[in-house]
Amino acid sequence: MMVEQISIFIENKSGRLAEVSKILGDAGVNIRALSLADTSDFGILRLIVNDREKAMAALKGKGFTVSKTVVVAVEVPDQPGGLASILQVLDSETINVEYMYAFVERCGSNAVIIFRFDETEKAIAVLAAKGFNMLEGERLYGI
Amino acid sequence: MTTYYNEEFETLPRAALEALQLKRLKSAVERVYNNVPFYRSSYDSAGIRPDTITSLEDLQRLPFTTKQNMRDSYPYGLFAVQMEEIVRIHASSGTTGKPTVVGYTRKDISNWADLMARSLVTASVHKGDIIHNAYGYGLFTGGLGAHYGAEQLGASVIPISGGNTKRQIMIMEDFSSTVLTCTPSYSLFMAEEAKAEGVDFRNLKLRVGIFGAEPWSEAMRSEIEAKLNLTALDIYGLSEIMGPGVAQECFEGKCGLHIWEDHFIPEIINPETGERVAEGEKGELVITTITKQGIPLIRYRTRDITSITCEPCVCGRTHARIARMSGRSDDMMIIRGVNVFPSQIESILVRIEGVEPHYLLIVDRKENLDTLEVQVEVDERIFSDEIKVLQGLSRRIEKEIKEMLGVTCTVKLVEPKTIQRSEGKAKRVIDKRAL
Repeated sequence: MMVEQISIFIENKSGRLAEVSKILGDAGVNIRALSLADTSDFGILRLIVNDREKAMAALKGKGFTVSKTVVVAVEVPDQPGGLASILQVLDSETINVEYMYAFVERCGSNAVIIFRFDETEKAIAVLAAKGFNMLEGERLYGI
Repeated sequence: MTTYYNEEFETLPRAALEALQLKRLKSAVERVYNNVPFYRSSYDSAGIRPDTITSLEDLQRLPFTTKQNMRDSYPYGLFAVQMEEIVRIHASSGTTGKPTVVGYTRKDISNWADLMARSLVTASVHKGDIIHNAYGYGLFTGGLGAHYGAEQLGASVIPISGGNTKRQIMIMEDFSSTVLTCTPSYSLFMAEEAKAEGVDFRNLKLRVGIFGAEPWSEAMRSEIEAKLNLTALDIYGLSEIMGPGVAQECFEGKCGLHIWEDHFIPEIINPETGERVAEGEKGELVITTITKQGIPLIRYRTRDITSITCEPCVCGRTHARIARMSGRSDDMMIIRGVNVFPSQIESILVRIEGVEPHYLLIVDRKENLDTLEVQVEVDERIFSDEIKVLQGLSRRIEKEIKEMLGVTCTVKLVEPKTIQRSEGKAKRVIDKRAL
């Protein structure tokens, strides 16, 4: 249920994002999903990739600060109300969402929402109990 | 026609001045030898006996006293009297966490007030002047030092201290201040605030400003005089030696600061070799206090770079003049009048993070106020995936620096390896101010 996401620290200078994508491209790493959080000074690029070790090695080799973060990928029908159904459950159990981002699956009619929780294990238990489907990392990396 | 505070001492012929210095030096060396364990053991190890000091030249045989020595004797280790005789304690920045502490006896305070009064008169201040004292009051020697001197002189002092600039402008105008005492950069900041408030300095009663606590250039003097419509003069001091009033630029000459040689013996040395340099040559200022009782210091290395001249001055004072300070022989910075050592910032970063990040200090001046940017490299040890954690870190560093050093800074998180590495001593500071 726990998915490994890669987080990269990027200064707010021009070309840094392009540099990161080039490094990953040259290393043969495929990005499955991404989200960029920014402040006026820096940004954190969060990626779900097909090969975490290769991605980290390539980025560290070029001097980037990278870390791995545990996130949860929840599958919902790609319909209005999909996201709301999850969030209502989390809210009723007072589970805090640090951040989230989403994408649609190519095959099937589902959307996947990536969540970073304060209390990952509690969140997983709650969502499972309510019948939500959470994707395994392996499934996600190769999606 | 020069006005003096105590004419006899200020115009003492060199021979008489030097005879007085020797008499007081002998007594100062005896005093520290007999009362301060640090000096006793230092002189004993060097095989120096106080009674072998028979000429001013003999001063060169004595070892230097450094900031490190003061730090090692924190807080009261260098005091030459019992605490019962200390009536005032001041402190200034140490190279790391602990400040440098100084103590004053009643006589010390009285001498200080006198020397500061003498400095004010040297700057053309007189009884009847209304002094707007915006130096900081507190542990810092600036505020109280200028204050006691002003009262001793009999001028009317407004103890306004720093901050709340709009209110200061109002008071300067309403109270008809004639003299301004503050840091030079703050005076320019006041000028900008006044302009914003629609107050013209040409309508104020200010006649002269006595600026110090940080280095400033001739160019800055011209700017201050133009914007504040007054004569801008330099004052020098440091808490280890006394406080403000160690040396003062005269109104008549406006060319160098008279260092009061009846109380202080100045030397200019090569900071690498410790040898005296020729008159007029730049080097590190070393000062020996010959009348202080609380914490007398022999050959204290100030780390300030200047030169000295004994050439006669148009004002008639015979005390030597030091040139305006042109830099430091260590890495200390002065930011908005506050002494800051890079190592202090370093120890704060280490304390917060538990590890020592690579950092760089960028000092600049924007709209006449000094700014400090602390760049911190974000490596794996510090990185967090959450924005709020990284921002929290920045805020925490800013808060600690503000609380511990009294300096406001902005923290900028940067990528690893963006801060230049160097062989040997790391360059921790980029000072963009053209002083």
